[in-house]
Amino acid sequence: MKDTVTEKLLGQSALRVEDPALLSGRGRYIDDLPVAAGTLALAFVRSPHGHAAIRSVDTAEATQAAGVVAVITGDDVAARTRSMTVGVKADVECWPMAVDRVRYVGEPVAMIVATDRYLAEDAADLVVVDYAVLEAVVEPVAALAEDAPVLHPSLGSNLINERSFRYGEPEAAFDAAAHRIGIDVTYPRSACTPIETYGVVASYEPGEDAYDVTANFQGPFSIHAVVARSLNVPGNRLRLRTPPESGGSFGIKQGVFPYMILAGIAARIAGAPVKWIEDRLEHLSASVSATNRQTRIEAAVTADGRITALDWDQIEDCGAHLRAPEPATLYRMHGNMTGAYDIPNMAIRNRVVLTNKTPTGLNRGFGGPQIYFALERLMDTIARHLGLDRLEVIRRNLIPAKAFPYRTASGALYDSGDYATALDRAVAEGGLAELYARRDKARAEGRRYGIGFACVVEPSVSNMGYITTVLTPEERAKAGPKNGAQATATISIDPLGSVTVKVASVPQGQGHRTVLAQVVADKFGLPLEAVRVLADVDTMRDAWSIASGNYASRFAPAVAGATEIAAARLRDKLAKVAATQLNISASDVLFEAGRIRSAGNPDNSLSFARVAATAHWSPGTLPDDVDQTMRETVYWTPPELEAPTAEDGVNSSLCHGFIFDFCGIEIDPETAEPRIDRYVTMHDCGRILHPAMVDGQVRGGFAQAVGAAFLEEYSYGADGSFQSGTLADYLLPTVMEVPEPVILHHETPSPFTPLGAKGVGEGNCMSTPVCIANAVADALAPEGDAPEIVLPVTAAKLAPLIFGDEPAPKEPVSETKTEDTAGGRKLTGEGRAVVQASREDVWRMLLDPATLDAIIPGSHGVRKVGETRFEADVTLGVGPVRGRYKADIDLSDLDPPNAVTLSGQAVGALGTGGGEGRITLTDTEDGTEIAYRYEARIGGKVASVGGRLLDGAAKVVIGEFFRALARHCGGGASSGAVARLRGLVDRIIKGGRS
Amino acid sequence: MKPAPFDLVTANDMSEALEALHQGGTEARVIAGGQSLVPMLNMRLARPTTLVDITRIPELSRIEAKSDRITIGAAVRQSTLERWPDLADRLPLLHAALPWVAHTQLRNRGTICGSVAHADPSAELPLCLIALGGTVTLRRRRKTREVAARDFFQGMMSTDLAPGEMIVSVSFPARKPSTGYAFREVARRHGDFAIVACAAIARPDGTATLAVGGVADTPRALELSADRTDLDDRLNEFAWHLQARDDLHATARYRRDLVRHLGLATLEEALSCRD
Repeated sequence: MKDTVTEKLLGQSALRVEDPALLSGRGRYIDDLPVAAGTLALAFVRSPHGHAAIRSVDTAEATQAAGVVAVITGDDVAARTRSMTVGVKADVECWPMAVDRVRYVGEPVAMIVATDRYLAEDAADLVVVDYAVLEAVVEPVAALAEDAPVLHPSLGSNLINERSFRYGEPEAAFDAAAHRIGIDVTYPRSACTPIETYGVVASYEPGEDAYDVTANFQGPFSIHAVVARSLNVPGNRLRLRTPPESGGSFGIKQGVFPYMILAGIAARIAGAPVKWIEDRLEHLSASVSATNRQTRIEAAVTADGRITALDWDQIEDCGAHLRAPEPATLYRMHGNMTGAYDIPNMAIRNRVVLTNKTPTGLNRGFGGPQIYFALERLMDTIARHLGLDRLEVIRRNLIPAKAFPYRTASGALYDSGDYATALDRAVAEGGLAELYARRDKARAEGRRYGIGFACVVEPSVSNMGYITTVLTPEERAKAGPKNGAQATATISIDPLGSVTVKVASVPQGQGHRTVLAQVVADKFGLPLEAVRVLADVDTMRDAWSIASGNYASRFAPAVAGATEIAAARLRDKLAKVAATQLNISASDVLFEAGRIRSAGNPDNSLSFARVAATAHWSPGTLPDDVDQTMRETVYWTPPELEAPTAEDGVNSSLCHGFIFDFCGIEIDPETAEPRIDRYVTMHDCGRILHPAMVDGQVRGGFAQAVGAAFLEEYSYGADGSFQSGTLADYLLPTVMEVPEPVILHHETPSPFTPLGAKGVGEGNCMSTPVCIANAVADALAPEGDAPEIVLPVTAAKLAPLIFGDEPAPKEPVSETKTEDTAGGRKLTGEGRAVVQASREDVWRMLLDPATLDAIIPGSHGVRKVGETRFEADVTLGVGPVRGRYKADIDLSDLDPPNAVTLSGQAVGALGTGGGEGRITLTDTEDGTEIAYRYEARIGGKVASVGGRLLDGAAKVVIGEFFRALARHCGGGASSGAVARLRGLVDRIIKGGRS
Repeated sequence: MKPAPFDLVTANDMSEALEALHQGGTEARVIAGGQSLVPMLNMRLARPTTLVDITRIPELSRIEAKSDRITIGAAVRQSTLERWPDLADRLPLLHAALPWVAHTQLRNRGTICGSVAHADPSAELPLCLIALGGTVTLRRRRKTREVAARDFFQGMMSTDLAPGEMIVSVSFPARKPSTGYAFREVARRHGDFAIVACAAIARPDGTATLAVGGVADTPRALELSADRTDLDDRLNEFAWHLQARDDLHATARYRRDLVRHLGLATLEEALSCRD
């Protein structure tokens, strides 16, 4: 039957049913849930190294520590589990805890189960891991080099998967084209960061060999199969539950699953439930991040700016392990690699490499930021190259409205759209003409101002089979087809006739419960508050499938759609029940204002509750063709989501929204800081179910994209050290950094979804970073070639372009430098001290353990273990930050008594340090001048959290040693050359002192 | 992220605090606002065995205004000074700088003296103290001493504070007539530690001081005569001699750029606002 409600709730910005609890501190997040008596705390020992072999893990002391119940190593885990499933055909294992080798900083090496978290962390400090440090590789291109260190020896190299694709006739199109225009694009690592970190509560029942895990997991529930397999139990022996609330995810909380396995094993070994809440350092260093990617993209372009073919070469960096569902980031966009443009021919080469960084996983935009940054920077380059207006190049290539549904070169079926109209409306309603005027005025005044554009097709509702595009057609044929995207919804009516909706959508604050209440209330003619919705999951009780969960912007198109179908089915049954009771025909039944009545006779009516409860109280009175009206469960999967074809065509997503953005950016002439002057974003997400929530999604995605564009980057040293382990170094945008965008909408309902809605959650993460980059390029170079723009765009990166060549100092200055090496930074420096002793005396002191012990600040003992080898036990640090280290020191290139090279490695609870220094001794009038040059690398925790102060601190520590040496010899801490330099500096600079 | 075990001594008067610090020696730390220390404790970067809470000692919570200087006790919160009614009039440089110190929530807990004791090279309050030529008053069991700010800060997070000793107050010279004060800063985000922060003081005789934080290991000051014909060169030499370093957030070169450009702008602002 047709809907009978005249004033629909759907399409209105109803007050969110979630908010009273969330805004008054009564949300039930995982850390708020009650746990069983006797639940123990879990803490992890994690790798301080980017790459190292584990020689041994000594747990003896930790096991004896107060409150400790179990200390569990990678071997203990491996003995009770199977390697996690890897999504490509490759000879590689993937364990949730390091077994014989660590491959990224933060990788779990051991776990402690103790009576509380404090004691667990105390004991974690006592686990002694003996590492043999291996050379690390952190950049994807470097990882492909012949001589690159190999992370997984069984693979033989770091290339874990490579596929090439060809659609249409790309070679012919390039041959025929007037222009071949290409760019190289580096997309960095960042991630949308939730406020709430991972959390897991796990227990194990040995009698049933069954695990019960509660985790703030977000789906997809295909991962349930991965976890059950790894735990070596059938699916029905892994009960997975999610808490009612989750404090943000943005994809990241898919990555909690290895910890479900670990917590399950910990509970099993400890014989008690365990609970683990991830801390921020664990989260930033070792949860998951989005992939970083190196891309070469070329276009075949006609003389008038029409693109006839694209050629993609993508190198995807998935970090240390290929964890499920990776390399999905690379393939989610496979159907829409031509973006919003009508491009018939395409070649794609995809390589997936492993590096010594955190494994990657789901993240808002999932693959979109990476491809659209390349594609839309290319569009900008084409316009520059041809001397055409950039908007005109976009317009000439847009898919025309009459072409929908439109099949792309690589197989996606775009459901609906009118891109040209949406773009024209944005230009008019968003005020592009005024923005041009602002730019012209700014430029006339000598200011740097640029305008950027971006066009994006935003896919939603992933085809669960798209990831199999990574397999060859032959491998796919052997494995059997994978496709679809099962959404589920259950609607129940209780004996009092009230309505409960249950979905497996696991929201993290989006407002699913409100929208579903709107959908169902409209069907039944009930007020919003009469419908109660649950969206958390219990895999032993709820209807769910592999596609369940909250990802790929599937809620509005798929989950709300399935709920719409379930509500309609139940409503139609209730109409029959009511027709019998009202003695009218079912087609005459109206649902309105909490009553069910005859359309022809308003007085002939019953309360909704009375009709709805009939199946409970008097099932015998139900009409013959109505079985029951107590519970209706719908499973819905769209037929358009077919398995990849033998030609590698894939409809990777069901829905394809459209976004057109433009913005104006000005660069401050005094500070080189870029600032967004105006940002306009036009969205077509099909039918809008809740306008305020849609705008909320746009604002949230925009804010995170502003972060990716200007602030956020997971930063690694060349040795794999992780350098952005706090929110003072991994910078999230705050309300002060995010301007209010102008949000516009153009609706073309999807013909493929029950409500006509498409996803809307991820679009700005795809469009905004490149729109900003294009505007910055325009500000820097209005015409001709633009400089390469690598995110995040910081003032420090822009400074040389804004300020030009730097004036040199009149007096040369000795510098402490951090140099960019292959993908990382190392600290180099030099210093001098003059001591009142002869060269021979100084030489003897440097080689004498007793003297070294006396002069090394914080030394607890120096032992000579070989002619030129020492072991030292030292406390090092600056200010209150101090840590105890064991150091191995080697002397080499000895040239007595003139020069020696010191190299060493130090390991302690705060991390690791390594480096070498050349010391030269020369006679002076006052004694001996000791000159030193060093280079140092610092890793582990102190590198992860010390970021800003690290190099300075290292300089202090190294300087302290030589000052102590000078003092020991009776020389001044600063004399000779240093004093002369200081004197000079101090004449200029008053304040501070050495 | 839980701290290693420590003893907490809540001192009710100075003698209790000084005795606890004396007993603890190098392993004792004062805690007041805890905005720098507590994260270091939680990350186990710092493992003092004793923390001495000084926030309940009445005499440390005072702001004492004299004709020539304003003395701020060790337990005075940054937000308390920010709301002090005479701030704009008596300490215009701090009035300009305090909004740059982290965020409101942190200023509600953090203390003026805590920031001085922590000696972060990018922090605004040590910069102001050096720019104005303020002093730090230190006490241990049987000794009280006053140290000039320029001698107190010895390096990155390193100060002249001895074991068993604590800061009891800092003193800032009060505003002088016909003198201009200006403060500017560039940080990655609002409230972040400065990449470069500049404080400038322009005196009636035309001389000026420019102090810069965030570049060298401590804030540094440049004294300028009334003749500023070679100002660009002076700023450039100053920028280079601060020996800037690269870090995650900025290059050494950008820091020098800011010393030249932001430094100049701050000086000009101070010169222009002499009343």
